Amino acid sequence: MTSVGENRFQHIAKTLRRRHRQERRLKYAGCVAIILAAGFLLTMLTIITSNGITALKQAEMLVDITIPQAELLAEDGSIDLDKSRQFNWGGLVKRGFAAQFPEVTGLSQRRALTALVSENAGYELRLRVEADPALLSQSQFWVKTSDEVDVYLKGRIDRSLPEDLRPIKNVQFNWLDILEGDGRIRQAFNTSFFTAADSREPESAGILGAVVGSGLALMVTVILALPLAVMSAIYLEYFARPGVITDLIEVNINNLAAVPSIVFGLLGLAVFLNFFDLPRSAPLVGGMVLALMTLPTIIIATRVSIRAVPHSLRDAALGLGASPMQAALDHVLPLALPGILTGTIIGLAQALGETAPLIMIGMVAFIVDVPASITDPATALPVQIFIWSDSAERAFYERASLAIMVLLLFLISMNLLAVILRQKFEKKWQ
Amino acid sequence: MTTPPTPNLSPTKISARDINVFYGQNQAITSVSLDIPAQSITAFIGPSGCGKSTFLRCFNRMNDVIPQCRVEGVIRMGDIDINDKSNDPVLIRARVGMVFQKPNPFPKSVFDNVIYGPSIHGMVTDKTHAAHIVEDSLKRAGLWNEVHNRLHDQATSLSGGQQQRLCIARAIAISPEVLLMDEPCSALDPIATSVIEELMHELQEKYTIIIVTHSMQQAARVSQNTAYFHLGHLIEFGDTKQIFTRPQHDQTEAYISGKIG
Repeated sequence: MTSVGENRFQHIAKTLRRRHRQERRLKYAGCVAIILAAGFLLTMLTIITSNGITALKQAEMLVDITIPQAELLAEDGSIDLDKSRQFNWGGLVKRGFAAQFPEVTGLSQRRALTALVSENAGYELRLRVEADPALLSQSQFWVKTSDEVDVYLKGRIDRSLPEDLRPIKNVQFNWLDILEGDGRIRQAFNTSFFTAADSREPESAGILGAVVGSGLALMVTVILALPLAVMSAIYLEYFARPGVITDLIEVNINNLAAVPSIVFGLLGLAVFLNFFDLPRSAPLVGGMVLALMTLPTIIIATRVSIRAVPHSLRDAALGLGASPMQAALDHVLPLALPGILTGTIIGLAQALGETAPLIMIGMVAFIVDVPASITDPATALPVQIFIWSDSAERAFYERASLAIMVLLLFLISMNLLAVILRQKFEKKWQ
Repeated sequence: MTTPPTPNLSPTKISARDINVFYGQNQAITSVSLDIPAQSITAFIGPSGCGKSTFLRCFNRMNDVIPQCRVEGVIRMGDIDINDKSNDPVLIRARVGMVFQKPNPFPKSVFDNVIYGPSIHGMVTDKTHAAHIVEDSLKRAGLWNEVHNRLHDQATSLSGGQQQRLCIARAIAISPEVLLMDEPCSALDPIATSVIEELMHELQEKYTIIIVTHSMQQAARVSQNTAYFHLGHLIEFGDTKQIFTRPQHDQTEAYISGKIG
């Protein structure tokens, strides 16, 4: 090798070290970025979980209650529902509870005492007894405590604070201490969180209404958006003649995907509610608005997956004399299906987490019934989280966190479903 | 109109007159006229980009699929003009089959691949008829012995050469009159290539075959007539033996002797 050649070689070797150094720096920078991102995510999940997990439990206390059967039973021995409805169940629970502390007298003291029991305890007792008449003869019932007691028992109220800064006063602490000492307080699984709709009382509030509302809205979204989007994509890919109009449509689909979601809410308010007079707060309108929002996502995903199918397959079908539609339906769409499904599910996951447009069309209302149809007033899961996190009661705060966990669980399972579907249906070609 | 060269005595299957093909502003084929003889193999040769594939795709209107592509001229087959836009390309492609450069079986079973064409044209009466069509087509494509016990396997699990013969079986399952082959062996190894060349010899008795090939040896081996294209022009068309031994044009001679291409 000549000396010139050796020099060149050494020169390259020298720059090589520098190049490798640069490569390492880039690698480390990437590692740091990933660690930071994962750290943020982990912090967020930890905070939400630690706040929300306690909402799975709800404090209950054992109260001695003797139900006056004579006032409730009909002649044939079953519970007369009319009588039951008129009966003062709340008073019954309060009297029973107050009877455990006969030394407490005076209106304000009595009031402070009965405030430890949930406002809804009477109503919930009525439902339990009506569902199971055998309970009529029972003399002790576990009833929910008020949300403040619940929050205190979970250790979220500092007893050392000055009395006027706490929701629970000294005298109430004494009673609670007595109850705890007697073993009359327990933490039970918070069933009503999953079986009830919203309530003014945090201890009775649940997400079922919001979950059903979200489900109904998403159903409307799928039914509207999926066929519209797939047909638009097929038209644009196969039948649209290239030209100004096609270009305009394409640009606008991309623009539509970038429109802030609240604008879709405004559109829904102006067009669906004010012009077409559709019902306010209904999953029908929510679903329609979300469908508009999801449409561009599915169109774009469908077009991308149609284009990803090799042209040779379409040519093969056309070469055999298949019409363009036969080539599309028989050969291209089946292969594009996993991509279309993935795009749809990701679009729906986006729609599931959307809050702003639903607020615009009134799905932010306080609704205590689980919606039974798409025209019933309803809320949606993210809106419910918004409502609760806006509430003053401390107990709503942990329920909002638990609702966030449920929402995240839905989102994760939808994305998982997308991955599974893609792997299951992905056929191999050449 | 240029006078077309008349290379041999067998009857004409397709006659193309004054064909011009444009891709947008670019002209890919300039005023080509030639007659394809029936029941024989005609080879199109020429350097890359000479327009031989583009010209081949005029015969079954596959250029319709390409946006911006425009074909002018008359391509007469029997009593119809292939290039007449009022003739449905579906009908033309049922008469003029095509085999592509890369084997492109559908990602379905071998059976489904062969039966797809006949079934979309309503040529299948019942299950036994379908089985008969599949067996017959695979036999004629020389693939039956290799795949008769794996008819329901994925077509993509076959070897490259088998896939290409499957594509041929698929094309002849609808009994076309003409078979277009666009460099059918360019993705295959020499053994698979020779199997397909033998197959073409047998098919020639029933079909008119037009083949585009990069390999001059292949053209010499399989074809009776050869057309040499250069930059969108038909330079020379005639008996294959004559083209390869006594070319009339300097350009043809330069190409077949390896000076250009």
